[in-house]
Amino acid sequence: MTVIATRIGGIQWTHPKTIGFFGVAVGAVAWWLAVPPLESRTAVLPIALGILAVAMGIWSWSRDQRRVGGGAVASGLFGIVLGIFATRSSTAHLDEVVVWSALGAATLRYATPLTFAAIGGLFCERSGVINVALEGMLLSGAFFGIWGAIWAHSWAGSWAWVVGVICAALAGMALATIHAVWAIHLKVDQIISGTAINFLALGITGYLFIDKYGDTGTPGNVPGIPDVHIHFLQNWYFIGPIIGQLNLMIWLSFALLIGTYVFVFRTPYGLRLRAVGEHPRAADTVGISVYKVRYIAVISSGGIAAMGGAYLSLGFVHSFSENMTAGTGFIGLAALVFGKWRPFPTYCAALLFGFSSALADRLPSAYGNQWGTLFQALPYVLTLIAVAGVIGRSIGPAAAGRPYVKQ
Amino acid sequence: MSDDEKRASDDVELAKSQDDVEQAPLEPGAVPPPSIHFASRFDGLSGIIAPLITTLLAFLMGGLVVALTGKNPLKVYHAIFNGTGLNWFFHVGNYSARIPFSTQHMWFPWDTASVAAQNLQQTLLQTTPIILTGLAVAFAFRCGLFNIGGQGQYFAGTIFAVWLGSSFLNMSPWLHVPLVLVVGALAGAVWAGIAGILKATVGAHEVISTIMLNWTAIWVAEYLLGQGGPMQGSQPSIPISHDIAEGAKLPVIWGLKLLQGLSIGIFIAIAMLVVYWIIINRTTLGFEVRSVGFNPEAARYSGISVARSYFIAMAISGSFAGLAGALDITGWEYHLGQSDIPVNAIGFIGLAAALLGRNTALGVGMASLLFGALINGTSGRQLDPSIFRPDLAGNLTTIIQGLVILFVGLNLGGVWIWLKRRRRA
Repeated sequence: MTVIATRIGGIQWTHPKTIGFFGVAVGAVAWWLAVPPLESRTAVLPIALGILAVAMGIWSWSRDQRRVGGGAVASGLFGIVLGIFATRSSTAHLDEVVVWSALGAATLRYATPLTFAAIGGLFCERSGVINVALEGMLLSGAFFGIWGAIWAHSWAGSWAWVVGVICAALAGMALATIHAVWAIHLKVDQIISGTAINFLALGITGYLFIDKYGDTGTPGNVPGIPDVHIHFLQNWYFIGPIIGQLNLMIWLSFALLIGTYVFVFRTPYGLRLRAVGEHPRAADTVGISVYKVRYIAVISSGGIAAMGGAYLSLGFVHSFSENMTAGTGFIGLAALVFGKWRPFPTYCAALLFGFSSALADRLPSAYGNQWGTLFQALPYVLTLIAVAGVIGRSIGPAAAGRPYVKQ
Repeated sequence: MSDDEKRASDDVELAKSQDDVEQAPLEPGAVPPPSIHFASRFDGLSGIIAPLITTLLAFLMGGLVVALTGKNPLKVYHAIFNGTGLNWFFHVGNYSARIPFSTQHMWFPWDTASVAAQNLQQTLLQTTPIILTGLAVAFAFRCGLFNIGGQGQYFAGTIFAVWLGSSFLNMSPWLHVPLVLVVGALAGAVWAGIAGILKATVGAHEVISTIMLNWTAIWVAEYLLGQGGPMQGSQPSIPISHDIAEGAKLPVIWGLKLLQGLSIGIFIAIAMLVVYWIIINRTTLGFEVRSVGFNPEAARYSGISVARSYFIAMAISGSFAGLAGALDITGWEYHLGQSDIPVNAIGFIGLAAALLGRNTALGVGMASLLFGALINGTSGRQLDPSIFRPDLAGNLTTIIQGLVILFVGLNLGGVWIWLKRRRRA
């Protein structure tokens, strides 16, 4: 406790960075006031709070805290716009859309494939190999996951999903091996080989899907990845409905996230990985095998991303359709860029993007028109703003995209 | 010194120069140089041999996939070839053809009304946008930029073409068609220009920004055309836009308008190939763009504005892709549906065409014809389902495209050296 007390005591309340963080929070509150459970019906409140957030942001921006300041300005503007929208629409509609517990659970569901894809991408790009093939790896994981589960259904019974997940990971690793050989040994441009793998995955999964299940679709009795029921939690207010009944893969994604952080930033292996991605020549000089590290990183990245695909087909929708990922892998890439190639910020980005998908899912059914679809574009627009440097520049590992030539 | 050893020593020199760039510290605010190995994309077995080997290899491996799933690849490829209409050229006889824009007929060695002729019209219709999205990729490539956003720029073009095409119902065709095409091209230019500005000012990686712009365009288009969306046509339950006005449709020169005949769009696309060649090889702008593509540092020292070149190259790239969208709308689609959006991959096929065509005007044209024929030959309209299911064939096309991109990026000479070194070690 004393540690926490010291930390709280150590906060400089008037420091531009602190003010900036508060600006972000105020912008969020501006919107939150207008939606359930409070449902303030006047637009003045969100506008006032939003302007306050923008002002705090500008103040902290002008004192060289550009990243936080920009975030506060963005948060304030979003607060104003969303707050006005919310106060304009009827409370019945709001109550239908903004059910926080359902939204929270949906956010986690949508964020999980993004997390797997982004963490996979993190390993790959931290080792200095750009991975735009996450989409293809996710898609191949989705297909081969369900293919494996169907194949194992007769002899593994309800545990067939384990075989499915393993098949998915192997398929992703196979694709990643191509990417690795092309990028590391053959020194082909990494974006070209990544794009090629996206095409290959799309074609191969589509071809096999039509060939095997074309007329009827994947069978309905595929043993999916089970949900984890935590009975004592389920009646808790707010938290219960969100995490009381989550898919196993979602819990796995939490574990993966923490494990990735510990591995990349707290172990010598992670240090080697980062060294190879930042300055391969220096890493080579101290005896790290650059090629070996890159091969391991790229191949494991394929396996991890493909497990996200297996969640999508086996844990989420319980079927496969052609090109079912439809950009999920690219949102994962966006989350990685938005989170500046760090595990926890990346996860926060994945949650934010998952939230916008969850909203986009619920809005049209309540309002009966299309503009909710625009929330699907939000992750990409935000990432574009992020790479533009408005909310702090996003700069990847220094050696990403450059093949390493041994001397 | 044998040829291979010479290449090996070149390889080492390339490695050295790469190392220099790696260690050069980046000044704050400076535009980071695109990695020097961009130049190496133009290496390898030059000329036409490498693309030919690549294509053969891709078709061979595609055939392997077909054979593994229990079908006869030769029969499948033959059926696809017949669907492309390219067999039209082999049937020479004594026929007549109508001279475009008149009622006169003249002697012609081929039958212009046969089934094969109709198939060929469809192939050329498919080739038209691929040429342009291919140019979109190729032009940026020459500047050392990887424009992976042809798809988004294409959609920007189609959306503005549909909007303007269906707006002015009584405009003269002489004004309407150019207006739609120019605005479509401009829309693409603006969409790509965003990525160009970001690259030029803050050095944002153009691959990331164009990927994001692609998906933004896709979702905005889904919104605009979806049920209740602002661009939806008169039928409330069908998410399809209005048809464009008669005056905005391109004249059809071969075949019937009702049966999707060939419009003059193909000639516009071919003209753009010439324009591309002239800009790249015969203008100061093209010289600057190529200089920046080869070595941005050297270009900067010789007084070329690298940032300006990046922006202009992206904008011109985008205008090619936007024009592709506008030509598709005014040439044969006439309207845009929500369900067309996720299945359309013209921008990405352009990427394959540009890579296979080695970013030269002639190469892009030939590669576009190959992919246009492949897409048309495997479409449900052309392929005989008793031989091979069209939806399977569509995926086969995607596989072949992937394989082409995979092998075309490969420096085939480099592989040879690598294998040789391994044997020695």
